[in-house]
Amino acid sequence: MVTADLLDARTVVEGVVDPEMPMLTLADLGVVRGVETAGDGTVVVTITPTYSGCPALEEMRADLRRKLHAAGHDRVDVRTTFSPPWSTDWISDAGRRKLAEAGVAPPAHLGPRAVGPVPLTLVAPSRAVACPLCGAPDTEETSRFGPTACTALRRCRSCAEPFEHVKEI
Amino acid sequence: MHSDDTDPAHHDENVYDALATADDDGRWAFGTGFDAGTAEIDAPVPEGVDRADLAAYCLMLADDALIAAQRLAGWTAKAPELEEDVALANIALDLLGQARVLLSRAGHLGAAEPFRAGPQDDEDVLTYFRDDRGFRNVTLVETDLGDFGRTIAWILVLSSWRLALMQRLTGSRDPVLAAVAGKAVKELAYHRDYAAQWTLRLGDGTELSHARMQAGLDDVWPFVEELFLPHDVERRLAEAGVAVDPAELRGEVDGVLEQVLPLATLTRPERAAVGLVGGRGGRDGVHTESLGTVLAVMQSLARAHPEATW
Repeated sequence: MVTADLLDARTVVEGVVDPEMPMLTLADLGVVRGVETAGDGTVVVTITPTYSGCPALEEMRADLRRKLHAAGHDRVDVRTTFSPPWSTDWISDAGRRKLAEAGVAPPAHLGPRAVGPVPLTLVAPSRAVACPLCGAPDTEETSRFGPTACTALRRCRSCAEPFEHVKEI
Repeated sequence: MHSDDTDPAHHDENVYDALATADDDGRWAFGTGFDAGTAEIDAPVPEGVDRADLAAYCLMLADDALIAAQRLAGWTAKAPELEEDVALANIALDLLGQARVLLSRAGHLGAAEPFRAGPQDDEDVLTYFRDDRGFRNVTLVETDLGDFGRTIAWILVLSSWRLALMQRLTGSRDPVLAAVAGKAVKELAYHRDYAAQWTLRLGDGTELSHARMQAGLDDVWPFVEELFLPHDVERRLAEAGVAVDPAELRGEVDGVLEQVLPLATLTRPERAAVGLVGGRGGRDGVHTESLGTVLAVMQSLARAHPEATW
């Protein structure tokens, strides 16, 4: 049975923001995998990292504990799970809108991954990433790796502004 | 409790609040200082699988990633361009993340006990208090990265091999190995593309960049053979549906190199393999002196001040 308490815990959990992309809540990012109450009343939150080495993970865990304590949940256990692996497809539509509004290009939808060996990509994919600042479609990748594990760096050929892109994974 | 928590006027979503209110019960100064709390870690050993074998295999895959990450971190603030600095640090971070879960799994299976001297988590015990003979990484990852050309050749070989391995490991009967592999495949695909694209740019670039890329590939080549030599632990676990026999990976890695090297106008080196002593190599704990250098940098401060907290 879902109690009011659990609903409240879920609301708190889903409202915690990502430490590296604070325009997104953890719910927008799609990393919350479960909020449950154990027999002894402990709120058990399960989240999944975006990347194996994501340095924000421990801060997310600390923030979840802090916010749940503040909401009156004394016993909190935050667990992480690796499986199934996070995909940018799990970023919500609201999250994609918030990214774009903050000047970060949202990821394209990948769909299910093909089974078998991963093909090598020798030229940057031609997938169009529109400039989140001026809207022009003509942009180029300047670096596949950006200031956070989730982002690549791009530049708009039209307005010449650099911007971040949440790269598809 | 910090006042921001109770004052509605300050109930904004400032992530820095967490810094002010964090429990300051003293994290260990050198390692992670926190338990990754990964749900899969304490999964039971799959039926018919030897616990010590599984621990050894987790250490092998963890140590490949840990030592590679430590080597790559040596480029931080020294790479040719800011973008490459960020890229190499990101690759190191992904590998470190893979290593952490595998070290925790190995620790859960008992691998940390012989080295434990303090209250540190398993992954920190295995990282900071193990001697070189206890490391199970392949020789390639401990070798000096040299210049940027050699670094790119090193990443190309390493990521092509590890991607082929991890892709097969997603079907492992061990839930931790399968979970780590599921994430690693996505990360390694980016690492391999990065190295392949730089190999093309340097190989098919100027006379100087071509020469240095070829020299880097030549330097790395003697360590490639060891990647495909199965250890007895790998053979037994592959038989049990838990591990991957590395001999199976040769075709796929060769296929990647055959695709990249000719386009990059590079020649596949013909150099004798090194790295094995009397048939024993990194998987048996037999290492080159390069690992000593890596471990000195990684471990010496923690060993000098094992009780330090902050």
